[in-house]
Amino acid sequence: MGYVLTKAGFAEVIASLLEEYRIFAPVRKVGAGRFTDVDAVIYDEIRSADEIELEAKSDYASKEFLTPLSETLFYFTENEVKESDFDGRPVLVFGRSCDLHSLKRLDQIYLENGLAKDPFYKRRRDLIKCVLIGCGHSYDNCFCVSMDSNKCEDGYVFSVDLIDGKIHSNILDESFDKAFSAVSGSEKKDVIPRFVTENDVKVEIPEEVPQGIIKSELWDEYTTRCINCGRCNFVCPTCTCYTMQDVFYSDNGRVGERRRVGASCMVDGYTDVAGGGQYRRKNGERMRFKVLHKISDFKKRFGYQMCVGCGRCDDICPEYISFSNIINKVNAASKEVKS
Amino acid sequence: MTNMNPYVPFASEILDVIKHTGKEYTFRMAFKGEVKPGQFFEVSIPKFGEAPISVSGIGDGFVDLTIRKVGRVTNEVFEKYKGQNLLLRGPYGNGFDVDLYKDSEVVVVAGGTGVSPVRGVIQALSEMPDAQDKYVIAGFRSPDDMLFRDDLKAWDEKLKLTLTVDGAPEGYTGNIGLVTKYIEGLPLRDPANAKAVVVGPPPMMKFTIIELQKKGFKDSNITVSHERKMCCGLGKCGHCRVNDTYICLDGPVFNYEFAKNFVD
Ligand SMILES: Cc1cc2nc3c(=O)[nH]c(=O)nc-3n(C[C@H](O)[C@H](O)[C@H](O)COP(=O)(O)OP(=O)(O)OC[C@H]3O[C@@H](n4cnc5c(N)ncnc54)[C@H](O)[C@@H]3O)c2cc1C
Ligand code: SF4
Ligand code: SF4
Ligand code: FES
Repeated sequence: MGYVLTKAGFAEVIASLLEEYRIFAPVRKVGAGRFTDVDAVIYDEIRSADEIELEAKSDYASKEFLTPLSETLFYFTENEVKESDFDGRPVLVFGRSCDLHSLKRLDQIYLENGLAKDPFYKRRRDLIKCVLIGCGHSYDNCFCVSMDSNKCEDGYVFSVDLIDGKIHSNILDESFDKAFSAVSGSEKKDVIPRFVTENDVKVEIPEEVPQGIIKSELWDEYTTRCINCGRCNFVCPTCTCYTMQDVFYSDNGRVGERRRVGASCMVDGYTDVAGGGQYRRKNGERMRFKVLHKISDFKKRFGYQMCVGCGRCDDICPEYISFSNIINKVNAASKEVKS
Repeated sequence: MTNMNPYVPFASEILDVIKHTGKEYTFRMAFKGEVKPGQFFEVSIPKFGEAPISVSGIGDGFVDLTIRKVGRVTNEVFEKYKGQNLLLRGPYGNGFDVDLYKDSEVVVVAGGTGVSPVRGVIQALSEMPDAQDKYVIAGFRSPDDMLFRDDLKAWDEKLKLTLTVDGAPEGYTGNIGLVTKYIEGLPLRDPANAKAVVVGPPPMMKFTIIELQKKGFKDSNITVSHERKMCCGLGKCGHCRVNDTYICLDGPVFNYEFAKNFVD
């Protein structure tokens, strides 16, 4: 069941949903991109439908609401530890198929790895419902078809495709039907969200990455090319790492807070231990650690690939390093190591 | 929310402070509950941070945490006195299975603060009926850096202890040399079936294992304990991961047959 409606009609739908939900969606920030003359598409809370960027692929992934770059866990006063307050209103998050597929990976770590469920993640996770943005075509660097994340059968409440100025929405959660049917001029119609069936970029991942790849020379190139800025991790929809950070505000240090902030295995400090110990000093080694997490180590533990093929790491890298390219190099080298 | 939140630490009273060296103290902390040697707690100091610290002793209603003062969190811990509280969360990790070491020749090789996580193991070995088949090689940087002096004396009477220091001032009569030096000469009857426990800084572990292999130890008979940066102890923050292993969840104690495949 679905609807076709005008942009104005869709604006009405969003306005009515905003009465109940906070909505996080991709929005365009002029001139904030990889280079100053390029826009950035980031995630933000929106107040109206016209803020939502439905055409361009976002630079950042939809995880921004679930795992904010910085989140306060506790406030400390002189004799009290207080859990941070939390806005408990329900949330809609717009995302593409790759984004929706990434949720399973985030859940895997925060809810399923180890016995404890992460309560700060869970309280956000429990609030969200997803809205699928259909993909009418593949974007630069996308390889979702290779990663089997190009299509969503479920996991969203309704979909949005902007086709020739009209919004096409498939409704999976009937409780959203009334927001659409209430709009004058909305046309009831069977809608199938668009998805891509082919990308220009294709990767092949070896079923099992041989141990010998770890010592391969293919990583050496990145020791000099990569500047360990970590952007590839921060835009990645499946990166979950964080670092704990305690701070105090006032000069006398009586009050403060404990935060967690997004961490990157490419950035200095990720492995530092007391006494000056550090693992993976070379950027090439860090690249190996990151790449093998995405296409091998996660799968060994959980049974499916971590990478969803969104290509955002390639979009953002200031050194034009291509992750998909590296995957294919690993694949070629794996065949060599084996034979 | 309540204590269901695993990030919320609990208050534990400092029952005693045992000073080993100028910057290594054992804090005896009130604790009731299941805990094993080799497991660790996150010592959680509001406004300063958290530090994973191994359990160095377990007793009725307490755990010992032997802490070296090296930075932000540990400095702050050293400001605390008997009777005050520390905030803790844990215990985390798998810990040692002491039963593994019954009825066989055993060698424990530990360096520096590496002695902490195995102190409970050594204690158990010293109480086994065949304690004369249990060897401990403990190394410290210098005579002043020795931890657990009273324990060392007591262990020396029950099992076969080799105590060594990397260097010492003139006139020191004890052993001088790295722990690795003492492995070759161990009078073992059956090294191929003997068991070993190795804990210490990464280079020390590496060279100790090479010596054990030379002596005839099987990799599968060697147990190691690893340290990595840890921000959660819960399998979430990612910092401790090596390959597909989370040191905080699956370790920190591993069979070397498995751990030899770790590539950081
Ligand atoms: C499983 C596990 C068990 C552990 N068990 C114990 C234990 O039983 N006892 C124990 O004392 N520690 C133990 N540690 C280590 C302990 O967690 C760290 O020492 C502690 O986290 C340091 O925290 P901090 O905030 O005091 O230091 P930080 O302020 O974090 O200081 C660490 C940083 O300061 C610098 N630094 C600190 N000390 C030195 C130094 N001596 N030389 C040069 N640079 C230095 C380094 O850059 C380092 O990254 C364990 C660690 C793990 C992972
Ligand atoms: S690969 Fe590119 S984006 Fe990632 S850390 Fe290196 S330079 Fe930065
Ligand atoms: S280890 Fe690196 S690649 Fe893996 S989730 Fe953490 S930051 Fe991302
Ligand atoms: S310490 Fe955070 S995942 Fe292991």
